[in-house]
Amino acid sequence: MISSHIGYYSLVLGFILSISLLIYSLFCFRKNNKQINQNVFSILFLQLFTVVISFISLVYSFVISDFSNETVYNNSHTTKPIFYKITGTWGNHEGSLLLWLLVLTLFIFLFIVFSKKQPTKYRLLSIFFQQIIICGFFLFLLLTSNPFNFLFPIPNEGLGLNPILQDPALAIHPPILYLGYVGSSIIFSASLASLVENNINSEWAAHIKKWILISWVFLTIGILLGSVWAYYELGWGGFWFWDPVENVSLMPWLCLTALIHTIIVLEKRNLLKSWTVVLSIATFTLSMSGTFLVRSGILNSVHTFANDPKRGVFILFFLFVLILLSLILFFIYQDKDNNSQKEFFLISKETSILINNWFMMYFLSVVLIGTIYPIFLEVLINEKISIGPPFFNKLLIPFVAIFLIFMTIGPKLNWIKDNYRGIKYLRIILFLICLILSFYLIKKTSSEILFTSLLGGAAIYLLLISIEDLFKKKYNISQVISHFGFSLFILSILINSLFSNEFSANMKVGQEISFKKEQIKFSKIKIFEKENYKSVVANFEIIDEKENVISLYPEIRIYNQPNILTSEADIISSVFSDKFMVMNLLKGEEIFNVRYQTKPFMIWIWLSAFLISFGGILSLFRRN
Amino acid sequence: MYGKKVKLRLFFLSFIFLIVVLSVFLILKSLEENVVYFISPTEIKNLSKIDNTKRVRVGGMVKEETIKLSQNEVSFVITDFKNEINVNYSGAIPNLFSEGKGVVAEGYLSDRSFLKAKKILAKHDENYMPPEVKEALEKNK
Repeated sequence: MISSHIGYYSLVLGFILSISLLIYSLFCFRKNNKQINQNVFSILFLQLFTVVISFISLVYSFVISDFSNETVYNNSHTTKPIFYKITGTWGNHEGSLLLWLLVLTLFIFLFIVFSKKQPTKYRLLSIFFQQIIICGFFLFLLLTSNPFNFLFPIPNEGLGLNPILQDPALAIHPPILYLGYVGSSIIFSASLASLVENNINSEWAAHIKKWILISWVFLTIGILLGSVWAYYELGWGGFWFWDPVENVSLMPWLCLTALIHTIIVLEKRNLLKSWTVVLSIATFTLSMSGTFLVRSGILNSVHTFANDPKRGVFILFFLFVLILLSLILFFIYQDKDNNSQKEFFLISKETSILINNWFMMYFLSVVLIGTIYPIFLEVLINEKISIGPPFFNKLLIPFVAIFLIFMTIGPKLNWIKDNYRGIKYLRIILFLICLILSFYLIKKTSSEILFTSLLGGAAIYLLLISIEDLFKKKYNISQVISHFGFSLFILSILINSLFSNEFSANMKVGQEISFKKEQIKFSKIKIFEKENYKSVVANFEIIDEKENVISLYPEIRIYNQPNILTSEADIISSVFSDKFMVMNLLKGEEIFNVRYQTKPFMIWIWLSAFLISFGGILSLFRRN
Repeated sequence: MYGKKVKLRLFFLSFIFLIVVLSVFLILKSLEENVVYFISPTEIKNLSKIDNTKRVRVGGMVKEETIKLSQNEVSFVITDFKNEINVNYSGAIPNLFSEGKGVVAEGYLSDRSFLKAKKILAKHDENYMPPEVKEALEKNK
């Protein structure tokens, strides 16, 4: 009860502080002081403090199961384990928005603390733009999604958290993903401020690069965690489904990845200024639109918590204001003598980075069209369609193959101007080996898809080249690790999709079925009563041709509050292959629908995706 | 005549333009081939001709007492309370598939009353109904 009051009023206080910061930062901006007024720091800190208090009081309400709070009532239950009571705080619409706000205020505070060397006016403007965003989110929370609404009479018991959200990977997936999403808000505010101040140069690039890296690393890990969750908990038997909600997180990632590369050109060569700003705006806009699409209920998925049309309209309006603002600023302040005397040469590092950007933009537009085309069609002609994985695979695979080849060349080129002489025999030999390998792959898998095997060849080529670079130490180690990770990633996905086996059947206890070279035996079933669910655990024995027996224990959980069935897959991971089994109830409790998959190289997919982000982490800590 | 720089830039611009046109063309063509339309059993009845090479999604309710199981297959009837369609499916079944609940099946139509399903869509919540299904049901009330 009391914690809801505290939470609500500190939110209101935070909003007032936000308004005052908006005005005060402009006031300071006019005054032309050398230093940022100490008051600005104090207000920023106070604002962060109010949001933290508000967040803690929500967590507290969840922990003590205070059902006088509507959010707690809707998403919690007394029998839920304490860990999921806490993580349930951001497992719903209101709480997750409060988390957004928390990260927004945290980022601007840290940004101001760690940007002391930058011009005062630029920092003040960054605060100003960031406060516009923060203000919008405060309003959004207070007007449409207040996490502290009261319920009277106070219910005795809550409705419970959706069981599929009760998973450790999902507990940390939203905060990490948000750090990535919201991190892009700082990039957005800073580049707008920099644009207005005409401050876009090499020094600024060096300073903002850290922030881009931070949000890129978090976004990468956040997406990875979401995908891990889909694999282990959803039981769909895969890690990426081109589901709109997944695409929505991939789009800012593509944009941010392009930006990471572009910012290096800006840092080293003082080129591509406007393009950097465009990418910064686009990244944040895509993050925001992602939130809009997911939260408004337009996309139906696991993430759609509640469908209140008011919320969708609010975000849409807010998004519109932000985009309009940034476009106006962009056209007014855009550097007019942009086309300076500096020239681009065809063979140079900057050109190769530009090529990277083109590819990223192509990938981005494919994903974008694949995601929003169904929405448009529904709004315009009320036709309901969906776009499946073949669309994305067909359009992306050939281009990724070419992209990989460019990745082997690009990083080796020098700045400004290079020539053809750098080609060595070793590389040609490696390239030929990879070509032969890809033809071998065609024959071996009898796959008629030419591009898939070319992709394999290209990935192996990049793999070899980056291993070569790793030993040379001549090149940027974090870049080499990330690129190496990427080639390993593509390769693992390829092997995974080419050599996966799947089997499904409806089985009774005691039944035995043979599949490929293995025998699958449904030996027994056990039922347990757990704290907040009933668990049905089956025991399957997989007997391979050498008579080795592996036991798998897929589980069905029947949750009591809310009354939902979930399937827990049992997965045995080994270095080269995963055995994945999931089952489902069918008509009564006699016959089970069983799905058994062998998925090679799953661990390598996770590992390589982590390697990609690890390169980013390394780059953050290097040098300074 | 134009200088060398201008020519180069012109060449460059037209090159970019060509690439953009090409990729837009590719994307649109691929869209056309890979779009899956959502239809209700009633709409299937009214179709002028059945294309059994085109993937479709059919949504509605699983009719009571129609789920039949064999070792490799599940068959059931999807209804929108006006018309029905028989569905045959082998593969993994999502958590909340049961009689009297909403369902979306994706696959190929063999004729006006028979769907060979390749996928049954997962749902995540007891009360949740795919918006498509809801609308299809409402249309026929």
